[in-house]
Amino acid sequence: MAPIHAHTVLVVAAILFVLGLAGVLTRKNILFMLLSVEIMLNSAGLAFVAAGARWQQPDGQIMYLFILAMAAAEVSVALALVVQIHHQRKSLDIDQLKELKD
Amino acid sequence: MQQYLYLIPALPLAGFLVLSLAGRYLSRNFIAGIGAGSICISALITILLSARFLQSPPETGAYTQVLWHWFSVEGLVSNISLRVDSLSLVFICIITFIGALIHIYSIAFMREDRDYARFFASMNLFVCAMLMLVMADNLVLLYLGWEGVGLCSYLLIGFWYETPGNYRAANKAFVITRIGDTAMIIGLFLLFKELGTLYIPDVLARATQHFSSGADGVTLIAILLLCGGMGKSAQLPLQTWLPDAMAGPSPVSALIHAATMVTAGVYLIARMHTIFELSPVAMQITAIVGAVTLFVAGCSAMVQTDIKRILAYSTISQIGYMFLALGVGAWSAGIFHFFTHAFFKALLFLAAGAVIETLHHEHNIFKMGGLRKTMPVIFWTFTIGAAALAALPLVTAGFFSKDQILWYAWSAGGGHPVLWALALAGAFITALYSTRLILVVFWGEMKTTPGHLPSRVMTVPLVILAFFSVAAGWIEWPHNILHVDLFSEEVQHVLPATVLKEGLPAEIVFQLIAVVVSLIGIYSGYSLYYGQSPLLQQWKQSPTVMSVRDFFFSGWRFDQLYDALIVRPFLFITRINKSDISDKLYTAIANVSMLLNRQFSVTQNGSLRWYVTGVLIGILFIITLQLLL
Repeated sequence: MAPIHAHTVLVVAAILFVLGLAGVLTRKNILFMLLSVEIMLNSAGLAFVAAGARWQQPDGQIMYLFILAMAAAEVSVALALVVQIHHQRKSLDIDQLKELKD
Repeated sequence: MQQYLYLIPALPLAGFLVLSLAGRYLSRNFIAGIGAGSICISALITILLSARFLQSPPETGAYTQVLWHWFSVEGLVSNISLRVDSLSLVFICIITFIGALIHIYSIAFMREDRDYARFFASMNLFVCAMLMLVMADNLVLLYLGWEGVGLCSYLLIGFWYETPGNYRAANKAFVITRIGDTAMIIGLFLLFKELGTLYIPDVLARATQHFSSGADGVTLIAILLLCGGMGKSAQLPLQTWLPDAMAGPSPVSALIHAATMVTAGVYLIARMHTIFELSPVAMQITAIVGAVTLFVAGCSAMVQTDIKRILAYSTISQIGYMFLALGVGAWSAGIFHFFTHAFFKALLFLAAGAVIETLHHEHNIFKMGGLRKTMPVIFWTFTIGAAALAALPLVTAGFFSKDQILWYAWSAGGGHPVLWALALAGAFITALYSTRLILVVFWGEMKTTPGHLPSRVMTVPLVILAFFSVAAGWIEWPHNILHVDLFSEEVQHVLPATVLKEGLPAEIVFQLIAVVVSLIGIYSGYSLYYGQSPLLQQWKQSPTVMSVRDFFFSGWRFDQLYDALIVRPFLFITRINKSDISDKLYTAIANVSMLLNRQFSVTQNGSLRWYVTGVLIGILFIITLQLLL
């Protein structure tokens, strides 16, 4: 199998990031927005791993572990919030959750 | 004796503290006991002190007592310390003795009042402040007392604050005396700048060395101090507050606005006599102010209808005599007139208060009348007081003091025939309105039925004051009649003796003229106001006479003048500058911040998507910058 260029991986990571960002911006459902955020995190992780492989350094993989742990914690909190929001508002529509304004 | 000096002002202060802090929990009898008792004990101590002082005068000429160190800043050392020389002693005696009588009178006079404790608390505080004023050994402490009496005067003029207009009278008194006070404090600053001390004996000692006679500096200081005195003592042009100050209860008018506080200006000038002597110009101004005031106020007193306003104008006029005497250099004569005036003016106000009270708060003398039979004690004491005011020869105290002033107005170093003529005209007017007052109030037919007659608590102080209104003059006789000069001898330990001009007619000529003029005044009053006088009816028809009368009645239109010259322009300026130009900069800063706040708070709209977009734009912006730069 031919070696994959770090360049190619970074392009994939960028595409993933933009997909995630587009999801955050366009989705109405909080759950899907959360998924989009996860995609963005993973794209960042992918970029780290690729960079680590490119320069033969362990730092990239360590950063990925950090991101993984952080993402797990974030998801646990966020899902709890989503459950609470659904419980109280019977809706997960982000456009209806606009009370926190000036 | 010297170590008990502090008790004289301390007792009234203690009375004030007890009554103001615990007054509402005390019974009326207890309040009266504390309020009047504290002053009475002060008066007793004063009498003992003066007896000792006269028997064996202290070597330095004064009792002194340093209580504690107040402050010292940059060479200005102020102590709370008392100094009583013969000048202060005269004032202390009057303040405590007359104060005690007026407090006793007030026990009955104010009996029905809701704020019994507040009344006695303010009166006690006043006596304390006035005593501090005259006992202070430095001008800072004197100024403390000076402001203290102003405050108490304000509180007591507005004592019945629920009656409309009374607060206005209180404010007027406070603001107008404030003008004088400001001039006075500037004078004190200048004095300190020039002499480096405000300790009174040092000031007087250094002034003669530091200033040459008639120097500009000392004239300015003397005139500023005189302005302070004019404010407090209701002299032209700051006299307009005193007639309105009659809104207070009668005992207040008697104590503060006749006997004591309004003579603070006289005390100040006498105390600072060295400064004034160094400035002939200031002395002349003092004499002219006094002479003009006594004439102007006398004319107004002649046509008033409110019994207390008559007495108020006559007070202004009598203090004018004191200023005149001080101005021509007849120091002891001025203080002697203060001494006798305090007795008969307090008597007149208290008797007037009794009349007003008995006639259900009727102030208009033309609605009184015929009280001679129903209120004999009041009638006789009031008549004695009025006779003293009119300077009835030889039998009243007022004669002895006023006669001296009339004589010195011409013959003393700073005297002048014009001053003498004004003073003589004043004497005529005084005799006229005193007679008018007596005849209208006590003769004729009864127009208002009297209510409760005054109790003995009220009449006994009147009788005592009436006795002194006669007897107080006997301690100082005119030199050519009897050689008794106990008063001036004592006072001249502090004040310089009067210097006489050479080559004048004998004193007896002036005395005879003065006697004849006051007798003519009394006779004119009698012929105008006893029964129906055709001349008076004729005058009432004549428009010229009536317009002159209205002019006098309004106090020579001084109120309208000040209204037009000062009050209205001031209100005009405040109206056009309502939004305050100098504030514009600060309001502009506030307005810009508010505008920005409104703009930015729009961005916080609660939409998560909007925030994410914001973050995105921010990131793009930063990355773009990185790439470009």
